Amino acid sequence: MLDLLAQTGLNAVYAASYISLIAVGLVLIFGVMGVINFAHGELYMAGAYTVVLLYTDLAVPFFVAVAAGLIFVGCLGLAMERALFRPLRDNPLGGLVASIGFLMILQALAVMGFGVRMEHIPPVTQSVIEFSDRVRMPVARLYVIVAAVVLLTALWVFLKKTRFGWALRAAAQDPEAAALQGISINQTARIAMFIGAGLAGIAGALTAPLVSVNPHMGHSVIVTAFIVIIVGGVGSLEGAVVASVAYAIVHTFVTTFYDGVIADIVGLSLMLLVLIIKPTGLFGSADRA
Amino acid sequence: MRNLSIFVLGGAALLALPHGLSFSQQEILVFLTLNILLVSSYRLLTLTGEWSLAHVVIMGVGAYASALYTKELGIWVPVSILLGGATAALLAVFLSFPLFRMKGFYFLIGSFAAGEIIRLLWKRFRDPFGGAKGIKGIDPMPDFSIGIYDFDFFEPVSYYYLSVAVVAVCLWILWRIERSPVGLTFHAVHWQDRLAEASGVNLRAYRTLAFSIASGFAGISGALMAHYVGTINPTSFDVDLMVFVLTWAIVGGTATFYGPILGCVVLTVLNEIVLREMGFEQLRPLIYGLIMILSILFLPKGLESLVQKLASKRPGKGTPERSPAE
Repeated sequence: MLDLLAQTGLNAVYAASYISLIAVGLVLIFGVMGVINFAHGELYMAGAYTVVLLYTDLAVPFFVAVAAGLIFVGCLGLAMERALFRPLRDNPLGGLVASIGFLMILQALAVMGFGVRMEHIPPVTQSVIEFSDRVRMPVARLYVIVAAVVLLTALWVFLKKTRFGWALRAAAQDPEAAALQGISINQTARIAMFIGAGLAGIAGALTAPLVSVNPHMGHSVIVTAFIVIIVGGVGSLEGAVVASVAYAIVHTFVTTFYDGVIADIVGLSLMLLVLIIKPTGLFGSADRA
Repeated sequence: MRNLSIFVLGGAALLALPHGLSFSQQEILVFLTLNILLVSSYRLLTLTGEWSLAHVVIMGVGAYASALYTKELGIWVPVSILLGGATAALLAVFLSFPLFRMKGFYFLIGSFAAGEIIRLLWKRFRDPFGGAKGIKGIDPMPDFSIGIYDFDFFEPVSYYYLSVAVVAVCLWILWRIERSPVGLTFHAVHWQDRLAEASGVNLRAYRTLAFSIASGFAGISGALMAHYVGTINPTSFDVDLMVFVLTWAIVGGTATFYGPILGCVVLTVLNEIVLREMGFEQLRPLIYGLIMILSILFLPKGLESLVQKLASKRPGKGTPERSPAE
């Protein structure tokens, strides 16, 4: 029993890592640009396919492929910002529709390029850290955890300690006031989009050998990310991380002890409960809606 | 007199429409008719300013309810379709208690969560919902004859006529509701909520009313679909269809009654008929996505704004349709 608890706990840590990478990106984009990026799950998918293309097909070293995934998907984010979100800045529903359109395009491209079936990716490393007979942590999962901790810490430092980070947070709080202070809204939007998309891309790239990579893999991810950002409070990065951990723990344990569908229902019910009791989320402020 | 002739011509066109089409196109036509009701009922909710992501699941509630009423209780299909609509409306009243504590973006996400929970409950509980495989062998509409025409409801053409009749009545009711004082209050709830509240309008009650009416008609549309297709399962009502409804409404524009219908017809015809005929099977979602993006970038007020522009260019044709909100 203790073994099972420990193992489930480790699984939860892994789940929390990649969920928080995705959710933090989504929150950053929403915070700075005020648009709900429905295509975020597909950015994650694009990251995974970068690894399929470079690592599986072209035999590029795994970590080079992961870095390429970060940069490629970050650039996709830049393209979205320039082509879609900037012209639609005053039209929140427009941004939503445009991101749905973009999602369909990315999915169709993945289907055309790689086919609908699941990709087989050779494991990066077979090694497993064994804590005991039944408590084990595959090293490939450890990579995801380490990457999440490092990247999110780096993001935190960037946002709290650098001038760009200040500008970004100012633009998220009040775009107009920030613009009056000489902060370029386009510039902050670009940075937010690159970081947000890049985080989704690296999450996809790192988890590619561990999950089933297919053109529709973004769907369940985006649902999870939505739950997490609502529970954490829309626009709150800390909230997104805390909520990712909470959600991962609840979801992993319910999945282990009941089943996956019940776990989804519990997750959604929790989100609904948070919305009913405190619509701004656990860490959210009231102003951004 | 002119109105009457337009009405007769329009009716004749609707009657003649399926006969020039192939079988699969006739089937698409049936779904298109049902989707028009779906998207028009959705618009009634958007009148109050709320955008729900649960609408398709609520349509599914109507479908599941009607299917179960006929299967388990042996209720006559036409009655159970109406009961399916009523069930959806009733459920909406219950859902409104938690959901209308939220507004705007939070309502959007909250409704999504509520919808997904319902959908996952169907998936999880095999009794009575049939689990992931759903309900099969749903009773079809009983065939009947009106003398000049025999309705055989395995034929898409017959079912198309039935749906057109039902949908036309529903649309007429929706139209009357929008034009009634209640409908005007919906507009007020959206655009002047503080003023409306100060004038003694119970905002929450009117939001709930709009939500339940919209849900009722969505339920009827779902029930009609269930008895036509014969099989329903949780994936029939997943977020993909919801995304389509959302884009029909936004691409068409929601300022006018015909906007969402226009969006639904144009996008469905483009997606299902034009692109299919041109042989772009794999490229279809890509082109559809591009069309969505281009239309939101270049026609942010929807296709309806195009119609209004065309109508106002021709003098003497009367002023274009305007919603009281403008």
